Amino acid sequence: MIENVPFALLLGIKVLVVLGLMLGVSLVLIYAELKWSAHIQSRVGPWYVGGRWGWAHPLAEAVKFLQKEDLVPEEADDKVFRLAPYVMLAGTVATFVVIPIGPEWVARNLDVGIFYLLAISSLSTLGVLMAGWGSGNKYSLIGGVRAGAQLIAYELPLVLALVAVAIQAGTLSLTGIVEAQATPLFTIGGVDIALPYVLSGQIIGFVIFVIASLAELNRTPFDLPLAESELTMGYVTEYSGLRFTMFFLGEYAGMVSMAAIVSTVYLGGYWMPGLSDSALDIAGPFILLAKIFFVLFLFIWFRWTWPRIREDQLQGLAWKWLIPLTLFNIIATATLKVVL
Amino acid sequence: MLEQYFGDYITVAVFLATGGLLVGAGLLVAGLIRPNKPSKTKSEIYECGIVPVGDGWSQTHIRYYIFALLFLIFDVEAIFIFPWALQLETFAANGQGLFVLVVMFLFIGTLLEGLLYAIRKGVLKWE
Repeated sequence: MIENVPFALLLGIKVLVVLGLMLGVSLVLIYAELKWSAHIQSRVGPWYVGGRWGWAHPLAEAVKFLQKEDLVPEEADDKVFRLAPYVMLAGTVATFVVIPIGPEWVARNLDVGIFYLLAISSLSTLGVLMAGWGSGNKYSLIGGVRAGAQLIAYELPLVLALVAVAIQAGTLSLTGIVEAQATPLFTIGGVDIALPYVLSGQIIGFVIFVIASLAELNRTPFDLPLAESELTMGYVTEYSGLRFTMFFLGEYAGMVSMAAIVSTVYLGGYWMPGLSDSALDIAGPFILLAKIFFVLFLFIWFRWTWPRIREDQLQGLAWKWLIPLTLFNIIATATLKVVL
Repeated sequence: MLEQYFGDYITVAVFLATGGLLVGAGLLVAGLIRPNKPSKTKSEIYECGIVPVGDGWSQTHIRYYIFALLFLIFDVEAIFIFPWALQLETFAANGQGLFVLVVMFLFIGTLLEGLLYAIRKGVLKWE
Protein backbone atom coordinates (compact mmCIF):
# COMPACT_ATOMS: atom_id res chain seq x y z
CA MET A 1 0.00 0.00 0.00
CA ILE A 2 2.63 2.49 1.09
CA GLU A 3 4.96 1.49 -1.76
CA ASN A 4 2.63 2.98 -4.38
CA VAL A 5 2.48 6.48 -2.92
CA PRO A 6 4.92 8.92 -4.56
CA PHE A 7 7.93 9.80 -2.43
CA ALA A 8 7.23 13.53 -2.28
CA LEU A 9 3.59 13.08 -1.23
CA LEU A 10 4.53 10.53 1.42
CA LEU A 11 7.22 12.86 2.75
CA GLY A 12 4.68 15.69 2.91
CA ILE A 13 2.26 13.54 4.90
CA LYS A 14 5.05 12.49 7.26
CA VAL A 15 6.05 16.11 7.85
CA LEU A 16 2.44 17.07 8.62
CA VAL A 17 1.93 14.11 10.97
CA VAL A 18 5.16 14.84 12.84
CA LEU A 19 4.38 18.57 13.06
CA GLY A 20 0.86 17.83 14.29
CA LEU A 21 2.08 15.35 16.88
CA MET A 22 4.90 17.60 18.04
CA LEU A 23 2.80 20.75 18.38
CA GLY A 24 -0.20 18.89 19.82
CA VAL A 25 1.80 17.05 22.45
CA SER A 26 3.76 20.22 23.27
CA LEU A 27 0.55 22.18 23.88
CA VAL A 28 -0.86 19.41 26.08
CA LEU A 29 2.49 19.30 27.86
CA ILE A 30 2.47 23.04 28.59
CA TYR A 31 -1.02 22.70 30.04
CA ALA A 32 -0.06 19.53 31.95
CA GLU A 33 2.96 21.26 33.45
CA LEU A 34 0.85 24.22 34.62
CA LYS A 35 -1.73 21.89 36.15
CA TRP A 36 0.62 19.31 37.66
CA SER A 37 2.91 21.94 39.14
CA ALA A 38 -0.15 23.68 40.59
CA HIS A 39 -1.38 20.50 42.23
CA ILE A 40 2.09 19.66 43.55
CA GLN A 41 2.02 23.08 45.27
CA SER A 42 -1.65 22.79 46.38
CA ARG A 43 -2.90 25.40 43.89
CA VAL A 44 -5.58 25.03 41.22
CA GLY A 45 -3.54 26.44 38.32
CA PRO A 46 -5.21 27.77 35.15
CA TRP A 47 -8.94 27.92 35.74
CA TYR A 48 -10.89 30.40 33.59
CA VAL A 49 -9.84 30.15 29.93
CA GLY A 50 -11.96 27.75 27.87
CA GLY A 51 -14.78 27.39 30.36
CA ARG A 52 -13.68 24.30 32.24
CA TRP A 53 -10.35 23.58 34.04
CA GLY A 54 -8.75 26.33 31.99
CA TRP A 55 -7.98 23.87 29.20
CA ALA A 56 -7.45 26.62 26.57
CA HIS A 57 -4.76 28.37 28.61
CA PRO A 58 -1.75 27.47 26.39
CA LEU A 59 -3.71 28.54 23.28
CA ALA A 60 -4.59 31.86 24.89
CA GLU A 61 -0.93 32.37 25.75
CA ALA A 62 0.12 31.70 22.17
CA VAL A 63 -2.45 34.22 20.88
CA LYS A 64 -1.25 36.76 23.43
CA PHE A 65 2.39 36.40 22.38
CA LEU A 66 1.36 36.69 18.73
CA GLN A 67 0.15 40.24 19.40
CA LYS A 68 3.26 41.39 21.25
CA GLU A 69 5.77 43.76 19.69
CA ASP A 70 8.91 42.12 18.36
CA LEU A 71 11.99 43.91 19.64
CA VAL A 72 15.58 43.51 18.52
CA PRO A 73 17.98 45.40 20.80
CA GLU A 74 20.14 48.00 19.13
CA GLU A 75 23.39 46.59 20.49
CA ALA A 76 22.52 43.00 19.68
CA ASP A 77 24.30 41.03 16.97
CA ASP A 78 21.34 41.30 14.64
CA LYS A 79 21.88 38.28 12.39
CA VAL A 80 22.80 35.82 15.13
CA PHE A 81 19.93 37.12 17.29
CA ARG A 82 17.39 36.55 14.52
CA LEU A 83 18.79 33.21 13.39
CA ALA A 84 18.86 31.57 16.83
CA PRO A 85 15.19 30.47 17.08
CA TYR A 86 15.36 28.93 13.59
CA VAL A 87 18.35 26.79 14.57
CA MET A 88 16.69 25.76 17.80
CA LEU A 89 13.42 24.56 16.24
CA ALA A 90 15.03 23.03 13.14
CA GLY A 91 17.13 20.79 15.39
CA THR A 92 14.14 19.79 17.46
CA VAL A 93 11.87 18.93 14.53
CA ALA A 94 14.64 16.92 12.85
CA THR A 95 14.98 14.56 15.84
CA PHE A 96 11.55 13.13 15.03
CA VAL A 97 12.77 11.73 11.70
CA VAL A 98 14.03 8.49 13.23
CA ILE A 99 11.45 7.88 15.96
CA PRO A 100 9.20 4.96 15.00
CA ILE A 101 5.54 5.20 16.03
CA GLY A 102 4.62 1.74 14.70
CA PRO A 103 6.27 -1.25 13.01
CA GLU A 104 5.73 0.43 9.62
CA TRP A 105 5.41 4.03 10.71
CA VAL A 106 8.65 5.94 10.79
CA ALA A 107 9.61 9.06 8.86
CA ARG A 108 12.90 7.43 7.85
CA ASN A 109 14.56 4.41 9.38
CA LEU A 110 18.15 5.65 9.27
CA ASP A 111 20.86 3.02 9.79
CA VAL A 112 22.78 5.43 11.98
CA GLY A 113 19.66 6.31 14.06
CA ILE A 114 21.25 6.81 17.48
CA PHE A 115 24.26 8.61 16.03
CA TYR A 116 21.97 10.92 14.09
CA LEU A 117 19.86 11.64 17.17
CA LEU A 118 22.87 12.58 19.25
CA ALA A 119 24.22 14.84 16.54
CA ILE A 120 20.98 16.60 15.72
CA SER A 121 19.79 17.07 19.31
CA SER A 122 22.89 19.14 20.06
CA LEU A 123 21.74 21.59 17.41
CA SER A 124 19.19 23.16 19.77
CA THR A 125 21.98 23.88 22.26
CA LEU A 126 23.74 25.68 19.42
CA GLY A 127 20.58 27.80 19.09
CA VAL A 128 20.75 28.58 22.80
CA LEU A 129 24.42 29.56 22.50
CA MET A 130 23.61 31.80 19.53
CA ALA A 131 20.78 33.47 21.45
CA GLY A 132 23.05 34.02 24.43
CA TRP A 133 25.83 35.51 22.34
CA GLY A 134 23.67 37.45 19.89
CA SER A 135 21.65 39.31 22.52
CA GLY A 136 24.59 41.46 23.56
CA ASN A 137 23.33 41.20 27.12
CA LYS A 138 25.47 40.10 30.06
CA TYR A 139 22.79 37.85 31.51
CA SER A 140 22.17 36.22 28.15
CA LEU A 141 25.88 35.69 27.61
CA ILE A 142 26.26 33.96 30.99
CA GLY A 143 23.17 31.87 30.22
CA GLY A 144 24.54 30.82 26.84
CA VAL A 145 27.95 29.98 28.26
CA ARG A 146 26.31 27.88 30.96
CA ALA A 147 24.29 26.03 28.32
CA GLY A 148 27.56 25.21 26.56
CA ALA A 149 29.03 23.95 29.83
CA GLN A 150 26.05 21.69 30.32
CA LEU A 151 26.32 20.35 26.79
CA ILE A 152 29.95 19.30 27.14
CA ALA A 153 29.35 17.76 30.57
CA TYR A 154 26.16 15.82 29.86
CA GLU A 155 26.58 14.90 26.20
CA LEU A 156 29.03 12.20 27.28
CA PRO A 157 26.80 10.32 29.76
CA LEU A 158 24.08 10.54 27.10
CA VAL A 159 26.31 9.08 24.35
CA LEU A 160 27.93 6.45 26.55
CA ALA A 161 24.59 5.30 27.99
CA LEU A 162 23.38 4.73 24.43
CA VAL A 163 26.57 2.82 23.55
CA ALA A 164 25.47 0.16 26.04
CA VAL A 165 22.09 -0.01 24.30
CA ALA A 166 23.83 -0.35 20.93
CA ILE A 167 25.88 -3.24 22.33
CA GLN A 168 22.79 -5.02 23.62
CA ALA A 169 20.71 -4.44 20.49
CA GLY A 170 23.54 -4.84 17.98
CA THR A 171 22.13 -2.06 15.84
CA LEU A 172 21.90 1.74 15.78
CA SER A 173 18.53 1.94 14.02
CA LEU A 174 15.71 2.84 16.41
CA THR A 175 13.23 0.50 14.73
CA GLY A 176 15.86 -2.23 15.13
CA ILE A 177 16.22 -1.40 18.83
CA VAL A 178 12.47 -1.66 19.42
CA GLU A 179 12.41 -4.99 17.55
CA ALA A 180 15.33 -6.21 19.66
CA GLN A 181 13.33 -5.37 22.78
CA ALA A 182 10.34 -7.26 21.39
CA THR A 183 12.45 -10.40 20.88
CA PRO A 184 11.64 -12.98 23.59
CA LEU A 185 14.40 -13.44 26.17
CA PHE A 186 13.18 -16.65 27.82
CA THR A 187 10.10 -18.84 28.12
CA ILE A 188 8.08 -19.47 31.26
CA GLY A 189 5.44 -22.18 31.02
CA GLY A 190 5.19 -21.91 27.25
CA VAL A 191 4.83 -18.12 27.28
CA ASP A 192 7.59 -16.10 25.61
CA ILE A 193 8.73 -13.27 27.84
CA ALA A 194 10.24 -10.19 26.20
CA LEU A 195 11.33 -7.23 28.31
CA PRO A 196 12.12 -3.60 27.46
CA TYR A 197 15.72 -2.61 28.13
CA VAL A 198 14.91 -0.81 31.34
CA LEU A 199 13.97 -4.19 32.85
CA SER A 200 16.56 -6.31 31.06
CA GLY A 201 19.95 -4.94 32.01
CA GLN A 202 19.88 -1.24 31.20
CA ILE A 203 18.39 0.14 34.43
CA ILE A 204 21.61 2.07 35.22
CA GLY A 205 21.72 3.36 31.65
CA PHE A 206 18.09 4.44 31.90
CA VAL A 207 18.62 6.42 35.11
CA ILE A 208 21.78 8.06 33.75
CA PHE A 209 20.11 8.86 30.44
CA VAL A 210 17.14 10.53 32.15
CA ILE A 211 19.46 12.62 34.36
CA ALA A 212 21.60 13.63 31.37
CA SER A 213 18.59 14.44 29.21
CA LEU A 214 17.24 16.75 31.95
CA ALA A 215 20.57 18.56 31.79
CA GLU A 216 20.50 18.71 27.97
CA LEU A 217 17.00 20.18 28.14
CA ASN A 218 18.04 22.78 30.73
CA ARG A 219 15.32 21.54 33.07
CA THR A 220 15.40 21.84 36.85
CA PRO A 221 17.52 20.72 38.72
CA PHE A 222 19.86 21.71 35.85
CA ASP A 223 18.16 24.92 34.69
CA LEU A 224 21.22 27.13 35.19
CA PRO A 225 21.11 28.69 31.68
CA LEU A 226 17.66 30.11 32.48
CA ALA A 227 17.93 30.57 36.24
CA GLU A 228 15.24 33.25 36.63
CA SER A 229 16.34 34.18 40.14
CA GLU A 230 19.91 35.06 39.14
CA LEU A 231 19.98 35.75 35.38
CA THR A 232 16.61 37.50 34.83
CA MET A 233 15.62 35.03 32.09
CA GLY A 234 19.02 33.73 30.97
CA TYR A 235 19.53 33.46 27.22
CA VAL A 236 15.97 34.60 26.37
CA THR A 237 16.16 37.86 28.37
CA GLU A 238 16.16 40.06 25.24
CA TYR A 239 13.59 38.04 23.28
CA SER A 240 10.00 39.22 23.12
CA GLY A 241 6.77 38.36 21.38
CA LEU A 242 6.79 35.48 18.95
CA ARG A 243 10.55 34.96 19.01
CA PHE A 244 10.29 34.27 22.73
CA THR A 245 7.37 31.92 22.09
CA MET A 246 9.50 29.99 19.62
CA PHE A 247 12.15 29.42 22.28
CA PHE A 248 9.44 28.42 24.71
CA LEU A 249 7.94 26.03 22.17
CA GLY A 250 11.38 24.72 21.24
CA GLU A 251 12.04 23.92 24.87
CA TYR A 252 8.81 21.97 25.25
CA ALA A 253 9.10 20.26 21.87
CA GLY A 254 12.63 19.31 22.94
CA MET A 255 11.17 17.68 26.05
CA VAL A 256 8.73 15.75 23.87
CA SER A 257 11.51 14.53 21.57
CA MET A 258 13.73 13.54 24.50
CA ALA A 259 10.81 11.69 26.13
CA ALA A 260 10.16 9.94 22.80
CA ILE A 261 13.81 8.86 22.64
CA VAL A 262 13.74 7.55 26.23
CA SER A 263 10.49 5.68 25.56
CA THR A 264 11.80 4.17 22.33
CA VAL A 265 15.22 3.15 23.56
CA TYR A 266 14.48 2.05 27.11
CA LEU A 267 10.73 1.48 27.46
CA GLY A 268 10.07 -0.46 24.27
CA GLY A 269 8.66 2.35 22.10
CA TYR A 270 5.50 1.47 20.22
CA TRP A 271 5.76 -2.16 21.30
CA MET A 272 3.59 -3.79 23.95
CA PRO A 273 3.51 -7.46 24.92
CA GLY A 274 0.73 -9.58 23.46
CA LEU A 275 -0.01 -7.52 20.35
CA SER A 276 0.70 -8.66 16.81
CA ASP A 277 2.46 -6.46 14.24
CA SER A 278 -0.79 -5.57 12.47
CA ALA A 279 -2.41 -4.59 15.79
CA LEU A 280 0.66 -2.50 16.64
CA ASP A 281 0.31 -0.60 13.39
CA ILE A 282 -2.89 0.88 14.80
CA ALA A 283 -2.21 0.83 18.55
CA GLY A 284 1.51 1.66 18.31
CA PRO A 285 1.23 5.45 18.24
CA PHE A 286 -1.04 5.45 21.29
CA ILE A 287 1.21 3.09 23.23
CA LEU A 288 4.18 5.34 22.43
CA LEU A 289 2.19 8.43 23.46
CA ALA A 290 1.32 6.83 26.81
CA LYS A 291 5.01 6.06 27.40
CA ILE A 292 6.01 9.58 26.35
CA PHE A 293 3.59 11.10 28.84
CA PHE A 294 4.89 8.83 31.58
CA VAL A 295 8.43 10.13 30.96
CA LEU A 296 7.18 13.71 30.71
CA PHE A 297 5.43 13.26 34.05
CA LEU A 298 8.79 12.24 35.54
CA PHE A 299 10.42 15.38 34.07
CA ILE A 300 7.73 17.64 35.54
CA TRP A 301 7.75 15.83 38.88
CA PHE A 302 11.52 16.32 39.18
CA ARG A 303 11.24 19.99 38.29
CA TRP A 304 8.82 20.78 41.07
CA THR A 305 10.47 18.73 43.79
CA TRP A 306 14.19 19.50 43.46
CA PRO A 307 16.09 22.77 43.91
CA ARG A 308 18.57 23.99 41.31
CA ILE A 309 22.12 22.70 41.79
CA ARG A 310 25.27 24.81 41.59
CA GLU A 311 27.47 24.98 38.48
CA ASP A 312 30.42 23.16 40.09
CA GLN A 313 28.09 20.49 41.52
CA LEU A 314 26.66 20.04 38.03
CA GLN A 315 30.11 19.46 36.52
CA GLY A 316 31.15 17.25 39.43
CA LEU A 317 28.07 15.04 39.09
CA ALA A 318 28.74 14.47 35.40
CA TRP A 319 32.51 13.91 35.48
CA LYS A 320 32.95 12.15 38.82
CA TRP A 321 29.84 9.97 38.87
CA LEU A 322 27.91 9.65 35.64
CA ILE A 323 30.79 9.17 33.16
CA PRO A 324 32.67 6.50 35.19
CA LEU A 325 29.32 4.79 35.86
CA THR A 326 28.42 4.71 32.17
CA LEU A 327 31.86 3.28 31.33
CA PHE A 328 31.32 0.49 33.87
CA ASN A 329 27.86 -0.02 32.40
CA ILE A 330 29.42 -0.48 28.96
CA ILE A 331 31.95 -2.99 30.33
CA ALA A 332 29.23 -4.93 32.16
CA THR A 333 26.89 -4.98 29.15
CA ALA A 334 29.66 -6.08 26.77
CA THR A 335 30.81 -8.84 29.13
CA LEU A 336 27.27 -10.15 29.52
CA LYS A 337 26.76 -9.99 25.77
CA VAL A 338 29.84 -12.13 25.10
CA VAL A 339 29.33 -14.55 28.00
CA LEU A 340 25.61 -15.21 27.51
CA MET B 1 16.34 5.42 -7.92
CA LEU B 2 17.51 8.84 -6.89
CA GLU B 3 14.95 8.92 -4.12
CA GLN B 4 16.08 5.57 -2.77
CA TYR B 5 19.67 6.66 -2.70
CA PHE B 6 19.26 10.20 -1.42
CA GLY B 7 16.00 9.57 0.47
CA ASP B 8 17.70 9.74 3.86
CA TYR B 9 19.32 13.08 3.10
CA ILE B 10 16.19 14.54 1.51
CA THR B 11 14.02 13.50 4.47
CA VAL B 12 16.40 15.03 7.01
CA ALA B 13 16.79 18.21 4.96
CA VAL B 14 13.02 18.59 4.61
CA PHE B 15 12.49 18.12 8.34
CA LEU B 16 15.22 20.65 9.16
CA ALA B 17 13.61 23.12 6.75
CA THR B 18 10.20 22.48 8.33
CA GLY B 19 11.52 23.59 11.70
CA GLY B 20 12.77 26.81 10.10
CA LEU B 21 9.53 27.32 8.18
CA LEU B 22 7.54 26.96 11.39
CA VAL B 23 9.41 29.93 12.88
CA GLY B 24 9.20 31.88 9.61
CA ALA B 25 5.45 31.33 9.25
CA GLY B 26 4.84 32.27 12.87
CA LEU B 27 6.81 35.49 12.51
CA LEU B 28 4.96 36.32 9.28
CA VAL B 29 1.54 35.94 10.93
CA ALA B 30 2.69 37.89 13.97
CA GLY B 31 4.06 40.61 11.67
CA LEU B 32 0.58 41.19 10.28
CA ILE B 33 -1.18 41.76 13.59
CA ARG B 34 1.41 42.99 16.08
CA PRO B 35 2.07 46.68 16.74
CA ASN B 36 5.43 48.13 15.74
CA LYS B 37 6.48 51.33 17.47
CA PRO B 38 10.24 51.20 18.02
CA SER B 39 11.83 53.72 20.32
CA LYS B 40 15.29 54.34 21.74
CA THR B 41 14.37 53.19 25.23
CA LYS B 42 12.74 49.99 24.00
CA SER B 43 15.74 48.91 21.98
CA GLU B 44 18.08 49.24 24.94
CA ILE B 45 19.63 46.16 26.49
CA TYR B 46 17.92 45.11 29.70
CA GLU B 47 20.20 45.04 32.67
CA CYS B 48 18.30 46.09 35.77
CA GLY B 49 16.21 49.07 34.75
CA ILE B 50 18.92 51.71 34.46
CA VAL B 51 21.31 52.33 31.54
CA PRO B 52 23.57 49.26 31.09
CA VAL B 53 27.16 49.60 32.25
CA GLY B 54 29.86 48.68 29.75
CA ASP B 55 29.70 46.37 26.76
CA GLY B 56 27.27 43.45 26.47
CA TRP B 57 30.15 41.19 25.49
CA SER B 58 32.16 41.97 28.58
CA GLN B 59 35.12 39.70 29.25
CA THR B 60 33.96 36.47 30.80
CA HIS B 61 36.25 33.84 32.20
CA ILE B 62 35.07 30.59 30.69
CA ARG B 63 36.28 28.38 33.46
CA TYR B 64 35.35 25.09 31.89
CA TYR B 65 37.87 25.04 29.05
CA ILE B 66 39.68 22.12 30.68
CA PHE B 67 36.38 20.26 30.76
CA ALA B 68 36.02 21.05 27.07
CA LEU B 69 39.40 19.42 26.37
CA LEU B 70 38.38 16.34 28.33
CA PHE B 71 35.08 16.32 26.45
CA LEU B 72 36.89 16.17 23.12
CA ILE B 73 38.93 13.17 24.22
CA PHE B 74 35.92 11.25 25.47
CA ASP B 75 33.74 12.16 22.51
CA VAL B 76 36.33 10.74 20.12
CA GLU B 77 36.45 7.67 22.32
CA ALA B 78 32.69 7.27 21.97
CA ILE B 79 33.07 7.33 18.19
CA PHE B 80 35.60 4.49 18.47
CA ILE B 81 33.31 2.46 20.72
CA PHE B 82 30.23 2.56 18.47
CA PRO B 83 31.58 0.40 15.59
CA TRP B 84 33.05 -1.99 18.13
CA ALA B 85 29.67 -2.22 19.88
CA LEU B 86 27.95 -3.14 16.64
CA GLN B 87 30.47 -5.83 15.67
CA LEU B 88 30.72 -7.43 19.12
CA GLU B 89 28.06 -10.01 18.34
CA THR B 90 29.83 -11.14 15.15
CA PHE B 91 33.15 -11.49 16.94
CA ALA B 92 31.55 -13.41 19.81
CA ALA B 93 29.94 -15.79 17.30
CA ASN B 94 33.39 -16.44 15.76
CA GLY B 95 34.86 -17.25 19.16
CA GLN B 96 36.93 -14.06 19.34
CA GLY B 97 34.69 -12.50 21.98
CA LEU B 98 37.20 -12.58 24.83
CA PHE B 99 40.00 -11.05 22.77
CA VAL B 100 37.80 -8.21 21.52
CA LEU B 101 36.52 -7.57 25.02
CA VAL B 102 40.00 -7.38 26.58
CA VAL B 103 41.19 -5.00 23.86
CA MET B 104 38.29 -2.62 24.49
CA PHE B 105 38.73 -2.88 28.27
CA LEU B 106 42.33 -1.77 27.86
CA PHE B 107 41.15 1.20 25.80
CA ILE B 108 38.40 2.20 28.25
CA GLY B 109 40.69 1.52 31.19
CA THR B 110 43.33 3.87 29.83
CA LEU B 111 40.76 6.63 29.46
CA LEU B 112 39.31 5.97 32.92
CA GLU B 113 42.83 6.22 34.31
CA GLY B 114 43.19 9.58 32.57
CA LEU B 115 39.93 10.79 34.09
CA LEU B 116 41.04 9.57 37.51
CA TYR B 117 44.34 11.43 37.06
CA ALA B 118 42.45 14.61 36.16
CA ILE B 119 40.24 14.27 39.23
CA ARG B 120 43.19 13.60 41.58
CA LYS B 121 45.15 16.45 40.03
CA GLY B 122 42.27 18.74 40.95
CA VAL B 123 41.58 20.20 37.51
CA LEU B 124 37.88 19.36 37.83
CA LYS B 125 37.60 21.58 40.89
CA TRP B 126 36.27 25.13 40.65
CA GLU B 127 37.95 27.72 42.82
